[in-house]
Amino acid sequence: MAKRSSPEVNAGSMADIAFLLLIFFLVTTTIETDSGISRKLPPIEESEEDVIIKQKNIFTVLLNGKDQLLVEDEVMELEELRDAAIKFLDNGGGSGEDKCDYCKGAGDPKSSDNPDKAIISLKNERETTYATYISVQNELVAAYTSLRNKRAEELFGVSYTEMQKNYKDVNWPGSKLKLKENITQIKLEYPQKLSEVQ
Amino acid sequence: MSKFNKKKKGELPAVNTASLPDIVFMLLFFFMVATVMRDNELKIKNELPAADQVEKLDKKDLVMYIYLGRPNDGFKDQFGEEARIQLNDKFAEVSDVPAFIYSERESKREELRPFLTTALKVDKEASMGIVGDVKQELRKVNALKINYTTRIGDVSLNKKN
Repeated sequence: MAKRSSPEVNAGSMADIAFLLLIFFLVTTTIETDSGISRKLPPIEESEEDVIIKQKNIFTVLLNGKDQLLVEDEVMELEELRDAAIKFLDNGGGSGEDKCDYCKGAGDPKSSDNPDKAIISLKNERETTYATYISVQNELVAAYTSLRNKRAEELFGVSYTEMQKNYKDVNWPGSKLKLKENITQIKLEYPQKLSEVQ
Repeated sequence: MSKFNKKKKGELPAVNTASLPDIVFMLLFFFMVATVMRDNELKIKNELPAADQVEKLDKKDLVMYIYLGRPNDGFKDQFGEEARIQLNDKFAEVSDVPAFIYSERESKREELRPFLTTALKVDKEASMGIVGDVKQELRKVNALKINYTTRIGDVSLNKKN
């Protein structure tokens, strides 16, 4: 019997098919953004007694319907907000048991006692645009982060952001337990007390 | 014969395209792997604001998404110009948010429920009024962990031009 050789399949159109698929995936792809500013809302139960907070420990940030910023009764630009918040948080004006021995601020007795007592209160109106609100939130979080970074640098020689990155990194060689402790310590020294009032 | 050869030498050889399918396939595989198929189609404008102090949401299956924004062109007649809420595939009212949270909780295993986070994907032109209403509803159903989803970038990008 004659040997029949099967004809070779023409692979010339392979590229076309692959291109078609490629274009399909290119069009349907949405690289999802899954990062953002995390916040914790206050629980709704009204506590029986109101906690009394001294006025000097509250840093009021007001955003009006025209996206203008009023910080501690003064008009302010967004660019100045971060420094103002840092100045307030790191003031350390307290004495006695409220004394803050790691604060670098001016120690003004009219401003906050220590970072643990200092509260930033962010108020907005219904007409405020969301983009501005996020910008303000971002600046305030940045103020906390920069203080934490500085403190971590001083205590452990690495910045706070670096420490958090290391904590998530699986290949990081150091002791995670110790790192966790250090992170908690920094968090305790500069707790994020940011209240969003309706 | 020799004349023939001489003529051919002067020409540029054609580029070999045999490896083209391989290159295209490589690209194809990259996109196939990197693609996340969107599970709900957006009926609203959803351009996120930028921020640089962001944290990553690790557990994607433990995130509930609430979209807010102005309805797209096709839905303007029906739903107007103001920012609206979209839950899953449908437009919703503020009062529908608790039911949505409950049903999302119900669909997760019990031990995972405390770790559920609500991601608010809000268009940057939306007003805070509706965002505040949604936040209030979330507080009522005790869904306190929220995340304002943003793009990564400098806040100066948020300014109106």
